[in-house]
Amino acid sequence: MTRESLINTALFLMLPLTAGAAWMLDEPFIITLATKVAILALAGVGLNIALGLGGLVSLGHAAFFGIGGYAMGILAHHAQNYTPLMEAPFLIEGTNAMPIIWLVAVIAGALAALAIGALSLRTSGVYFIMITLAFGQMLYYFAISWPAYGGEDGLSIYVRNGFPGLNTLDPVQFFAIAFVILAVTLFAAGRLAASAFGLALSAARQNAVRVETVGLSPYRLRLLAFVISGAITALAGALFADLNRFVSPTMFSWQMSGEIMIFVILGGVGRLYGPVAGAALFILLEHVLGGLSDFWHVYLGILLLLVVLFARGGMIGSLAGREVAHD
Amino acid sequence: MTEPLLDIRGLTKSFGALVATDDVSLTLRPGEIHALIGPNGAGKSTLIKQIAGGLPSDAGEVWFAGQNVTKLTTVARSRAGLGRTFQISSLAMEFTVLQNAVLGALGQRGTIWRFFSPVMKNPELRAAAMAALERVGLADHAGTRTAELSHGQRRLLEVAVALTLKPRVFLMDEPMAGLGAEGSKGLTTFLDDLRREAPILLVEHDMDAVFALADRISVLVYGKVIATGTAEQIKSNRDVREAYLGEEEAL
Repeated sequence: MTRESLINTALFLMLPLTAGAAWMLDEPFIITLATKVAILALAGVGLNIALGLGGLVSLGHAAFFGIGGYAMGILAHHAQNYTPLMEAPFLIEGTNAMPIIWLVAVIAGALAALAIGALSLRTSGVYFIMITLAFGQMLYYFAISWPAYGGEDGLSIYVRNGFPGLNTLDPVQFFAIAFVILAVTLFAAGRLAASAFGLALSAARQNAVRVETVGLSPYRLRLLAFVISGAITALAGALFADLNRFVSPTMFSWQMSGEIMIFVILGGVGRLYGPVAGAALFILLEHVLGGLSDFWHVYLGILLLLVVLFARGGMIGSLAGREVAHD
Repeated sequence: MTEPLLDIRGLTKSFGALVATDDVSLTLRPGEIHALIGPNGAGKSTLIKQIAGGLPSDAGEVWFAGQNVTKLTTVARSRAGLGRTFQISSLAMEFTVLQNAVLGALGQRGTIWRFFSPVMKNPELRAAAMAALERVGLADHAGTRTAELSHGQRRLLEVAVALTLKPRVFLMDEPMAGLGAEGSKGLTTFLDDLRREAPILLVEHDMDAVFALADRISVLVYGKVIATGTAEQIKSNRDVREAYLGEEEAL
């Protein structure tokens, strides 16, 4: 076992252990915090496929996070008001079944990423950052100006959506759902990175000309990576909305995109468990420093500066050393 | 006379007032090494880029295996069988040597849309990659990070990756550069055999290698081909001596 896989195992166990201990001590708030870490880490795992593996610095991932959130909000809103989503040409009802909501969120996220990616990936560098940011902001203002779904105020969902056989209002059971999804996604993302696609995508990040010369199109590789990335982040968005039982345009804000990126950078860009470490540290800081001062973001800023200047591999990079090649 | 595999017809490229490639026509026949020489700035690398893709031409056509590929992308040309090596090594530096070679084997087989099985454990790809590394003598370095290779070893890896593509034509841009006397000699022997697999359009500054290898030599000066012929013909050509070889009388 390498040092990195030891650290990964520890990070993986940290969440259920925390939630389990909190459950025994009857501290539901801590369980909710652990759930939040799992969901935000999931959003980061999504971004990390584009950013870490593909080198695509997207400052618009809140677009997908928000789309996932609104997929949940809109479907559940119609279910709780007993109004159909659409009557013509055929009837579509709202739903409060989590699996259906997740499926809709993933598909909507993937389609949005396909459209945004197809346009954005024609640019690179700072232009790519700007155009993804612009798409995110477009959706943000669209959500604000859409009165049918709450406009600026967002949508409140009074009862958390259901999952067959589980009581989702019980914090521990909802944590279990979020954690299992994170675990499955981490496993899949790990396999993806080591696959033929992952190798080619990583090569396209390092040297696009090389990839073209062996007869592969960097654009197509990146577009697919962006779609997978957007779909995962949208799934996280649906879960996040269910955690809060509330969705608002804030989920589309560029600050949200920034936060997801901070999870990845704090934890370690391109490291499989980087987003888990980053999201955990972020939530920890938010609650420890946030309790001391309303201006805790100053300390977060200093920390981020230190990581970027002195620990390019993030937390995992500093602890585990340089990435070991897959061979 | 055999049909040329690569047929370049009147290629032209200018950057503003500078004509980098001026109505260049040349052919590459099966089994031959056609060397392209010329002083620095003659436009050799520009021409290679126009042939391999990545730099659109202002005029002229590139025909490859009976097909007009002038409008095709770099990716499509690589797929069709143009195997290029770069003057300045163009490799994935974070990868191991083996990973770079597997990437080449992957492109050639088009098995890219696999998302779940570990690519480095694929026996077929590994075997193809290792075979290419063995041929250039890099097999012992398969696990080394590419960034840690010496300059000369990177040149050899470039050649190995091109081999994994199983191209129908090699376009090699100064493969000997930085290899040292010993390395150049080894690569010269290797290329001498390689021409039987696929013909080579060879841009090279190492004159010993060029005269030892080339069936035909074309001399490019200020973007124009001033002469094409065998080594003997080129050595005795007055224009060439004046424009180019004269500067290196020591040869």
